[in-house]
Amino acid sequence: MSRYILPLVAVIVLIVFLVIGLTRGDPRALPSPYIGKPAPEFELPKLKDSSATVSTEDFRGQVALVNVWATWCVQCRAEHQFLMDLAANDSIPIYGINWRDTQPEALRWLQQLGDPYVASGFDVDGVVGIDWGVYGAPESFLVNADGVVLYKQLGPLNWQIWERDFVPLIVSGDISQ
Amino acid sequence: MLAVGLAVAGIAIAAAFTLRAFQDNMMFFVEISDVVAGDYPKQRNFRIGGLVVDGSVEREEGSMDLRFRVTDMNCELPVSYVGVLPDLFREGQGVVAHGRLGEEGVFVADKILAKHDENYMAPEVADSLAKHVEDKTAPLREGVTECNPQ
Amino acid sequence: MIPEIGQFALILALSLAICQGVIPLIGAYRNDVAMMSVAKTAATGQFVFVAVAFGCLTWSFLTSDFSVLYVANHSQLSLPTIYKISAVWGAHEGSLLMWILILAAWTVAVARFSSALPEAFAARVIGVLGLLSIGFLLFALLTSNPFDRLTPPAADGADLNPLLQDPGLAIHPPLLYIGYVGFSVAFAFAIAAMLSGDLDQRWAKWTRPWTTLAWMFLTLGIMLGSWWAYYELGWGGWWFWDPVENASFMPWLIGTALIHSLAVTERRGLFKSWTLLLAITAFSLSLLGTFLVRSGIIVSVHAFATDPTRGFFILAFLAIVVIGALILYAWRAPSLDSEVGFSLLSRETFLLLNNVLLVVAATLVLMGTLAPLVIELLNGGKISIGPPWFEIAFLVPMIPLVLLLGVGMHTAWRTQDKRPWVALLRIPAIAAIVIGVLLPLLFYGRTSLLLALGVAAAVWIIVMSLIQPVRSMRRKEGAAAITRSALGMSVAHLGMGLFVLGVTLTSAFNIESDRALTPGESIDVGAYEFEMRELRDVQGPNYSAVEAIIEIRKGGEFVATVRPQKRQYLVQKSWMTEAGIHVAWNKDLFVALGDQLGNGAWSVRVQYKPMIRFIWFGAIIMALGGLIAVSDRRYRLTASKPSRVSSTATETA
Repeated sequence: MSRYILPLVAVIVLIVFLVIGLTRGDPRALPSPYIGKPAPEFELPKLKDSSATVSTEDFRGQVALVNVWATWCVQCRAEHQFLMDLAANDSIPIYGINWRDTQPEALRWLQQLGDPYVASGFDVDGVVGIDWGVYGAPESFLVNADGVVLYKQLGPLNWQIWERDFVPLIVSGDISQ
Repeated sequence: MLAVGLAVAGIAIAAAFTLRAFQDNMMFFVEISDVVAGDYPKQRNFRIGGLVVDGSVEREEGSMDLRFRVTDMNCELPVSYVGVLPDLFREGQGVVAHGRLGEEGVFVADKILAKHDENYMAPEVADSLAKHVEDKTAPLREGVTECNPQ
Repeated sequence: MIPEIGQFALILALSLAICQGVIPLIGAYRNDVAMMSVAKTAATGQFVFVAVAFGCLTWSFLTSDFSVLYVANHSQLSLPTIYKISAVWGAHEGSLLMWILILAAWTVAVARFSSALPEAFAARVIGVLGLLSIGFLLFALLTSNPFDRLTPPAADGADLNPLLQDPGLAIHPPLLYIGYVGFSVAFAFAIAAMLSGDLDQRWAKWTRPWTTLAWMFLTLGIMLGSWWAYYELGWGGWWFWDPVENASFMPWLIGTALIHSLAVTERRGLFKSWTLLLAITAFSLSLLGTFLVRSGIIVSVHAFATDPTRGFFILAFLAIVVIGALILYAWRAPSLDSEVGFSLLSRETFLLLNNVLLVVAATLVLMGTLAPLVIELLNGGKISIGPPWFEIAFLVPMIPLVLLLGVGMHTAWRTQDKRPWVALLRIPAIAAIVIGVLLPLLFYGRTSLLLALGVAAAVWIIVMSLIQPVRSMRRKEGAAAITRSALGMSVAHLGMGLFVLGVTLTSAFNIESDRALTPGESIDVGAYEFEMRELRDVQGPNYSAVEAIIEIRKGGEFVATVRPQKRQYLVQKSWMTEAGIHVAWNKDLFVALGDQLGNGAWSVRVQYKPMIRFIWFGAIIMALGGLIAVSDRRYRLTASKPSRVSSTATETA
């Protein structure tokens, strides 16, 4: 009798393991240390005009998307069309942080592919990136009117992620979702 | 009877062999801070992962010998490698390496993996970075500050 | 409009699947003919609506309808049409829809070709398949709807991953899924038998062709994946023991055991509980594979984008299906096994060993695949199990299996007389050993124990597989010809022998070398000289590339020119390595560009791969054997009759 029950027992044990494995959470869903806290302030030279600056003050008072991008980043390229469409919709102002890149390349990129950003700051040595806890590109931060970080997306944005993760937060304005 | 005995012996040997091979081939992932602190498997290969430190990649023109540093946002580790690099190996991006710690604290890699799936970073690397990013000791800056391995 | 029709069609398919799943099963229980006859109609209806949904999704891709989220994420205006079609199954939602379509297609096929089956049994089989369809349709509609809209629509899509823009990779998923999903038929047959409590030789006869057919497609699907990885990924490997590869290999191993176990059940009425358990396990592994790939629990370059909700849904479905089946098994199986015996030296013994060894192999692969997860959960740290372990572990059951394979084919049922058997085996065994030792030595310059064993085993299988067909060709006037079933077996085993030969020789004598080269320099690998003549820039339709022109010579004689490229695709800006491969029947010469080193030098990887084509050729022959076996006369549609048990071992398989 027992050898006919053995497979059943083995499968139940296996499924228990798989459930635990799933519930420990997506290892790639890393919390940012800033969620729910005010984002660090920065002031960077404007990419398109180094005599001017882009700073956190520019988007204080509205919900904004801060997108970290670079020309050497493959996934940024994949994300770009989405950002163009998002900007065309006028739903949210997008500010860019051009991260550890070269200015001529970055300018050429925006010229060839279009510029979805209200303005991009040029963070050549990645200092602001470090302050914001950036460890790769692309990353996007949803910042509310008071400068609090509502959400951080690792990796490229697309419509699915936007509708599922960002829109509810934009609508409600805070992180208690 | 002899047949059964032989079969059991055969199975036992095979099982022992397989288990031993398992232990030999199990490769641990060790965080950079742990490697620097001296907490890593000696005498065997292991995996490390982190970000390639900006500006640290050195390769002589025309040579396949490569040196770079890798960081987990807390400590840095020098790595040396000879061979063909994967397509997505780049400064500032995540990387995983197999190998062992050699002389002078340099990690000698025999395999470098930088190909990510569409979510762009190996989870062990991401976990390790997340642990340390709050320290903000900024090794990516010029002039590395004290690395804090406990 | 079209996406809405597609979505609506899916909902209709679900309601038909519910009819198909529930009513016939109740009907079979109550012996209600009217309810049972719902099965075939509902199945056909479900298939039609799923096909409509699939058609709508394909249409959305062909017309580049970027108001559909899935299309916007995986297509592009400039994507070549053929890839717009293959993009339909290029990611999670679409490939799931294809899975559902293939399940419905298999169901319709069973409905169509089941005139020989008793009404109640057919109703149960189709009913079970309907229950499975319900699960998958719910999964799609609730968590993975391919028809989700995107408002406002995107101007252009995010493009299909360039890696998927390849003909080989376009056919690989459909073939693989036809096999994967096909095991659900054997599963349904098993459940139907357990529900009715009737499992006999007739049942095995009905189940065999469906199982063999599914196995055949799975063999081809896996083979295509391996071949594609070899020429497209740029590093010359053909199997990586990646979790997703393992997910397709485990059902194949169990499926192979199932085919053989069914043979015993059909022929001798034995191994019934084995066969049942294998049928349940094969499909369970298919489901497990789907779970591993789509839930994000295991990291792999193959895995689809992850979403925990989906993971939980599949796991719940998997749990219900497998636990349900195993409860039935624990209930029914004890009363099934018969008392009929067989002696130690008999075909039954060999097939029993075959079952055991294949199950051991599959278990080892499963352990290796899940070990990192289990160990991490037990707080043992983050580990990875690489190919070296899999290779060693896999050989442990495989070596005895391969040796026993040659012998088992020629062993009689129930009991085999030792003397004629040994006489038959003696010469081929000696020949195999001699060739095993000499062939590597003569052709490649060295030999070793494992190597000789591998070659000897391959030769052994090849020779033993040819005995029956050759005898049939030289038979006397009036003597019976070899049946297709037996011929199929011989051909499939022959394919296995070729496969083993390819794997052994390529693993042992593969030479790989990485070198920095500038134009004019050359590198020697094996007996061949590879000279980089020129490096130049080329433009493709949607990529720009650096191309190296490499001339290959042997002993000064020109052999071939290959042109490996490093491509950058213009849209996604991703890099791809196109290897330059010179193909011959007995070797491949493989060259891939590495990276730019400065000073006009590039790192180049050169490989000499002897007999590698035999790996895929062997797999194709195996699949061919399966096809031949399925076409055997005895599986043709006839009114159900108990099969006659024949006494000559050489005629029937």
